[in-house]
Amino acid sequence: MYRIALKMLMGDRGKYLGIIMGLTFASLIMTQQPAIFVGLIMRSYSFITDLGLPDIWVMDPEVQWVDDIKPLQDTELYRVRGVAGVAWAMPLYKGLLKARLPNGMFQTCIVVGLDDATLVGGPPRMVEGRLADLRRADAVIIDIDGAREKLSQPPAVPGGKRVELKVGDTLELNDHRAVVVGFSKNTRTILSQPVLYTTYSRAKQFAPRERKMLSFILAKAASDESLAAVTRRIGATTGLAAYSREEFMGVTFRYFLKNTGIPINFGVSVMLGFIVGAAIAGQTFYSFTRENLRQFGVLKAMGTSNWMLLRMILLQATLVGMIGYGLGVGLTSLFGWAMRNTILAFKFPWYLLLFSGIGVTLICAFAALISIRRVIRLEPAVVFKS
Amino acid sequence: MAADQDLAVSCRGLLKTYGTGEAMVTALQGVDLDVRQGELMMLVGPSGCGKTTLISVMAGILDQSEGDCRVFGQDLMHLRNHAKLAFRARNIGFVFQAYNLLPTLTAAENVTVPLLINGVGRKEALKKAEQVLEQVGLGTRTRSLPSQLSGGQQQRVAIARAIIHEPRLIVCDEPTSALDHETGHKVMELLKGIAMGRDRTLVIVTHDARIFEFADRIAEMDDGRVTRVVTNSSQLH
Repeated sequence: MYRIALKMLMGDRGKYLGIIMGLTFASLIMTQQPAIFVGLIMRSYSFITDLGLPDIWVMDPEVQWVDDIKPLQDTELYRVRGVAGVAWAMPLYKGLLKARLPNGMFQTCIVVGLDDATLVGGPPRMVEGRLADLRRADAVIIDIDGAREKLSQPPAVPGGKRVELKVGDTLELNDHRAVVVGFSKNTRTILSQPVLYTTYSRAKQFAPRERKMLSFILAKAASDESLAAVTRRIGATTGLAAYSREEFMGVTFRYFLKNTGIPINFGVSVMLGFIVGAAIAGQTFYSFTRENLRQFGVLKAMGTSNWMLLRMILLQATLVGMIGYGLGVGLTSLFGWAMRNTILAFKFPWYLLLFSGIGVTLICAFAALISIRRVIRLEPAVVFKS
Repeated sequence: MAADQDLAVSCRGLLKTYGTGEAMVTALQGVDLDVRQGELMMLVGPSGCGKTTLISVMAGILDQSEGDCRVFGQDLMHLRNHAKLAFRARNIGFVFQAYNLLPTLTAAENVTVPLLINGVGRKEALKKAEQVLEQVGLGTRTRSLPSQLSGGQQQRVAIARAIIHEPRLIVCDEPTSALDHETGHKVMELLKGIAMGRDRTLVIVTHDARIFEFADRIAEMDDGRVTRVVTNSSQLH
């Protein structure tokens, strides 16, 4: 009987493909859009995740997310170092500065100033040069994507390739000379601005003078101390906000959820995908069942139970659901693969597969339910109507 | 009158109404009719006289509002649903005016349906379907889809489907009305020959006077009642 159910479904090519297309569309939208959303959200705290060494971030209590810089006085660093359980604490400068390119154009960059002695807070991976090269005069390390894109210069000849920055090139930061000594590979930030690393003292020279220049204090808990206890102790002792890496990522994530329209925009897209997919697949599936009512009536008249008909319809819904889901997820993966080297934010974690799977299951359940209702209520005597 | 054990169908005071209140329509109003085992009984009468409602009740796919209908001694209306389904699956075969073959299944697959409903395995059912199709003269068309068959061939597939599980009662609704005279005649010969070969009972609803000659008895209906039962079509005129 299951074979009959499948043959009935596949025999009506137009409707069969229509249902699959609807489900594929829904599955695609329910994975592709959230994947871009997750990609964007991960970029929002990529600066935190890129810094592996410190496990405590200390900042002004009013800071709402990682780019919301409320500078501290340098003396706060010594107060944090004095808290029991802190193995070490280092300063970090983070600010936006305009870089003047060799061709005279300006580009806003994220300038990160690392502790002069230890260079704690440096980039996650060097592509060219060494982190220690930052100790050379006027040295900066630039993230490779920024060097290739926003900090590159227009082609010398029309239609030619853009001229990328290379080691030894110079920039101007607030009228100060900066020499490129290396390139790093960073996770893109949400605004995809180039990231320039330098030392803390040099960053303070690059930046316009202010009374407070210290953006964050990066700290490490002593090995015999619990991270939670040390962060609590720093907060209680200094009056500053101290977060573990995960906590600070959460603070940034929540800020995005609450204060930007990004989640709503993506939520609307996903909802529309779900509704349109449900409408197409549900309506087509229902129409398929309605057109086959006589066939279901014949089966009923011959002695097929409602329970068997229900299982036949569920099998049909499951089959189209699995094919539609597979195609949608496959297309999303293909999209991600095609966009892997572009600026597009895209991250496809396992839980999006689950999310989309649940969405497609709901659509199929809805489609099957309205069809089953019709078939269950069908009088088998309908077979005698000509 | 035949003894009860010789009766395939026994209807007493059958009443069937549709709707309620002012919209109520009475399709059967006190039908008394016996159909003997092994008999080919035809139900004739004008449109709307209740013929189709009567065979629907006999086949157990419609419950009467009042009265008693026993099929091989079984009171179908008072059977539990699953028992009624099982009874229908084992004992009743159907032949419809519009054939009602599943359009996406081949002729052989269509014929297997009653066996599959009765739990027979697919391979075995297909093997038997091919044998039965051979019997109805369609041995070479087992893999054809209904759309690739003529009306007469489709009806022969429907007949094969109606007899494959060897039911004791076959109900046919206008089996020849969509066919030309010659094909209709052949179909009736087939029905009479194959279906009756094993002492099966046939109840055929028809308007087609050309096939009356195949009937053992003819029950004439009018306005929801059986008005008379004759053994020869000439007695109708």
